Amino acid sequence: MPKPRALVLRAPGTNCDEETAFAWRLAGAEAETWHIGRVLGSPDGLDSFQILTLPGGFSYGDDLGSGKILASRLGTVLGDPLRRFLDRGGLVLGICNGFQVLVKAGLLPGAAGLGHATLTFNDSGHFESRWSRLIPTPGLSPFLLDDEPIELPVAHGEGKFVLAEDDALARLESAGQVVLRYADESGRVASTYPANPNGSPGAVAGLCDPTGRVFGLMPHPERHVDPLHHPRWTRRGLDREGDGLRIFRNAVRALGA
Amino acid sequence: MLWHLQIDPAPGQLDLAGRRIAADAAELGLPGPWTVGASRGFLIEGPLDRPSVTRAAEAVLVDPVVETYSMRGVDEFQAVASSSTVVHVLPKPGVTDPEAESALALLRDLGLAVENVRTIRTYRVEGPEASLPRLIGRVLANDAVEQAVVGPLPFDRLGQGTSYRFARVEVPILGKSDAELLDISRKGQLHFSLAEFRAVERYFEELGREPTDCELETLAQTWSEHCSHKTLRGRIEFDGRAIDNLLKQTIFGATQRMGLDWLVSVFADNAGVVRFDEDYDVCFKVETHNHPSAIDPYGGANTGLGGVIRDPMGTGLGAKPICNTDVFCVAPPDTPADSLPAGVLHPRRILKGIVAGVRDYGNRMGIPTVNGALVGHPAYLANPLVFCGTVGLIPRGMSTKSVEPGDRIVAIGGRTGRDGIHGATFSSVELTSESESISGGAVQIGNAITEKMVLDVVLQARDRGLFRSITDCGAGGFSSAVGEMGAELGAEVDLDRAPLKYEGLSYTEIWISEAQERMVLAVPPEKWAELRALCESEGVEATDLGRFVDTGRLTLKYHGEVVGDLSMHFLHDGRPAVIRKATFTPVEPKPLELPNQADYTKDLLDILGTWDVCSKEWIVRQYDHEVQARTVVKPLVGVLDDGPGDASVVLPVAGSMRGLAISCGINPRHGLIDPYAMAGCVIDEAVRNCVAVGADPDRIAILDNFCWGNTERPETLGSLVRAAEGCRDVALAYGTPFISGKDSLYNEYTHEGKSLAIPPTLLISAMGQIPDVRKCVTMDLKEAGNLLLLVGETRDELGGSHWAMVRGLEGGDVPRVDPETAPRIFRALYSAISRGLVRSCHDLSEGGLAVALAEMALAGGLGLEAGFGLDHSSSHPASLLFSESPTRFVLEVRPDAVAELRSLFEGLPIGEVGTVTDTPRLVVRHSETTLIDAPLSALKEAWQAPLRW
Repeated sequence: MPKPRALVLRAPGTNCDEETAFAWRLAGAEAETWHIGRVLGSPDGLDSFQILTLPGGFSYGDDLGSGKILASRLGTVLGDPLRRFLDRGGLVLGICNGFQVLVKAGLLPGAAGLGHATLTFNDSGHFESRWSRLIPTPGLSPFLLDDEPIELPVAHGEGKFVLAEDDALARLESAGQVVLRYADESGRVASTYPANPNGSPGAVAGLCDPTGRVFGLMPHPERHVDPLHHPRWTRRGLDREGDGLRIFRNAVRALGA
Repeated sequence: MLWHLQIDPAPGQLDLAGRRIAADAAELGLPGPWTVGASRGFLIEGPLDRPSVTRAAEAVLVDPVVETYSMRGVDEFQAVASSSTVVHVLPKPGVTDPEAESALALLRDLGLAVENVRTIRTYRVEGPEASLPRLIGRVLANDAVEQAVVGPLPFDRLGQGTSYRFARVEVPILGKSDAELLDISRKGQLHFSLAEFRAVERYFEELGREPTDCELETLAQTWSEHCSHKTLRGRIEFDGRAIDNLLKQTIFGATQRMGLDWLVSVFADNAGVVRFDEDYDVCFKVETHNHPSAIDPYGGANTGLGGVIRDPMGTGLGAKPICNTDVFCVAPPDTPADSLPAGVLHPRRILKGIVAGVRDYGNRMGIPTVNGALVGHPAYLANPLVFCGTVGLIPRGMSTKSVEPGDRIVAIGGRTGRDGIHGATFSSVELTSESESISGGAVQIGNAITEKMVLDVVLQARDRGLFRSITDCGAGGFSSAVGEMGAELGAEVDLDRAPLKYEGLSYTEIWISEAQERMVLAVPPEKWAELRALCESEGVEATDLGRFVDTGRLTLKYHGEVVGDLSMHFLHDGRPAVIRKATFTPVEPKPLELPNQADYTKDLLDILGTWDVCSKEWIVRQYDHEVQARTVVKPLVGVLDDGPGDASVVLPVAGSMRGLAISCGINPRHGLIDPYAMAGCVIDEAVRNCVAVGADPDRIAILDNFCWGNTERPETLGSLVRAAEGCRDVALAYGTPFISGKDSLYNEYTHEGKSLAIPPTLLISAMGQIPDVRKCVTMDLKEAGNLLLLVGETRDELGGSHWAMVRGLEGGDVPRVDPETAPRIFRALYSAISRGLVRSCHDLSEGGLAVALAEMALAGGLGLEAGFGLDHSSSHPASLLFSESPTRFVLEVRPDAVAELRSLFEGLPIGEVGTVTDTPRLVVRHSETTLIDAPLSALKEAWQAPLRW
């Protein structure tokens, strides 16, 4: 079985592309990083990949709202190739700014009748880095296969997931699309700061679309692919693998590699 | 047609900006209460009708889930009715406005005929009218870069700037009197001394012509203190002894005498370079951006970090930045608002602004900010210090550069505007209460994304061999960058080719502008097309400005007409040497009166709550300290990720276990008493922080940053001479080389004839190498039952200590390093950590042993019991607890490892000082007396409360 090919898409202001490509390689994929100009110049280039990744950063400075400009550029040029990519079973992973792009572009939540969604300013009013505990909900998305809690860092100023329609969150939850939630130390879904770092209703940390194949999350799995990445490794030792690596591995496995 | 699109939080959404403003006003002590509603928005100009603006709003400018909007055409501006006072704040014309630039580009992509966009913030304010001007001046707007409008918007279009009409300007200086020359220098903000201006006059007299404005500016910038460091490289008459080139005799000299084979390029390039492993070198530079940050804290710190990031980018053939540092010195943020002198911003506002400035640049660049420090001292009131540093990684063999005749002079990155004119000369003078108004132009505005794009291009171009040399445009802009690169050859520059942000810049403004995010490259002509294509593919502007030539002259042209023509030799070597007098009178030794008391718990709590010691979590968490996924010892450590780590550790090369520890040392309180001793102690602090996490003491490189007052005063310069000598002696004793440095003099403020100078401030930044990061240790206590050992000798050194400060005591001996013993302690500790004998390790600094124990306990969530036996009975408890003697550590060691550990410290001062417990209390006893007894919760609260903002 050939290794799946992962495209890491880089735009002006993207700054997590190198470690994201590294994580894909560690998980057994082949990773290539392309500048947005190359993708927009040859939209069919997407056809040779099985995975599309939108990494973290501040695409276009997050001017006009996080992820907004990249979402707009992708929407105008990549609409058809992206639909083709998804139709043939491709996986899309958006991390942090990439998640913001997927939401602003309407690819997430991606279900009809939910109205608009956005990722907006943290309740704290500023950018914040901290480690968070997360509870995955397996079932729908190939990126998450069990409900074992995982620990990943968040680093964002605009991570509060908000839906325009009042009952939209309940509908998303019942459709199984809310696949990653912030949790407290004891593993309960966290509604309060700092366990819920941004004030997201429903403690939403990550979402998938109705197919499960488009997955976006605010925390950074590529920053926990080695036990040394964990903030407390000098206390707990180095024998556990980084939690974030599982997300990349699951995707590679789902593609049959 | 001009439109105002106003964007508000939708019903039910928080008005975070409005709340923040009201809170800031209350914090600054403005009479209130204030109710503030905040809107963001855009002014949009172009032949647009209402449906087009609606489309712009809904398609890109507004987030419909959380925001609502309203729009007004220019003819409706007057008709806005509001029960509250409406204040609009917008960038002054010509000030960089990145969000507006993005909006303009995207709206044009949508096919809208937009001509110009500017961002605007609108506030609806309710509160005491008499204080409104202060609210505007202190909270809502920064007059240096923004304009505030009360009531309806008074304009009908956005200023475009006026076009420039060329006229070659000569400045008559030949035959002028001393007074006339000084007047020309002052009015032109050239800041020449009389001797310098006379040298310039003689040069032009020989040429038989008057200088152009551009030539004078070039000389003023090149000869400025900021760019030439003329004081420390000049001649100093120090109490009857002559010192030629203080830096060479102390800092550089010490490094040279060490003759270390792992140094690659020191004091030669934009950053100092050392060998890292078989394949890579690493470089490090720390800069200050003090004067701009005093006037515009956000912009000053923002561009301070942006500027120092360009140093590694412009080192050798370009290094990749892998982490940043930041150190701030401010007046205590609880300084009463009504005690501020004219023109001085409140320290709380300064601190919030500089933290936000560093945050927004570093995070956007995607460089982890991993180390820092905060110093609070009243003398920084008018002169806050902002130090920013960047470490870079560069493949071996790429640490040198050259320029060949015929190479093209290529500028890449941001466009040139009027920002930062006279920054170099401005940093070289004292601030006054009028500085804000006369030097507003010296404030630069950053756009981190432009710099990130430049970085992306530079690293690719480097690896493809597309240029021979690179440097950044810092202070002095093109003048400094091209002048330095072409110093050995010559250069011809066509100033009219430089891409401009807006019309109206004169040739001189183009030449000396300090617009940000620009790099200058020497490009072999045959590579220019490939470089241009690469830049185009990444959306980075690249411009051929001229060429390097073998003429020994710097020739500047504007549309073919020569506007400047100077000999490189005169430019770089023609400045008359500065001769300054220096004197030093040691502070009269005075004993410190030790109190007779039993309990020191309150003393400890007070020290934990000082600005220097308290938790910096509020700052650290605003920085992305883990981007690039290489930070393996974080700045915050411990069971709840909130303990104060001694140094952060990064992995420069993915897949390799070789690490770099980054740390610093700073202590102006010791500097006020004895600058020589202080220099040794801050070197020791930087080194011991690195060693405390596991760095090899024989692979630590350090940087100096001297920030002093006006060194034209002999006693100010004398204290600097003593500090430099302290640096030399301790660096030599430790075998720890300086690899780069920077000085910032003239940190004084004059108001109504009274002068306020900063204390002598020396920041030492350290970069230590760790062969295998899996051996690293952190400072949080790990397991109950382990033993605590104190390494190093505790002496009665409470002079300038934090304990003396919180107790209001004066006198006492300042700490001094023991140059014989200290390096042996460092090596023994390195050996112990490498063998895995140490569970946790914390260095002792401000607040001494008591603070170190408290921090270890609260970081680990474990208690401890400590005590001093009979062998310490002769020492006073205050010294045992709070002395700040250097080269000391507390180690947590498993009982079964103590014997082996002790054997490594044979002949060195080490002793058991306590045990780790699972009772959450800190208890310290001296013989039978309980000196400290406090629950961890009380310690933690005292430590976290001050900066819980």
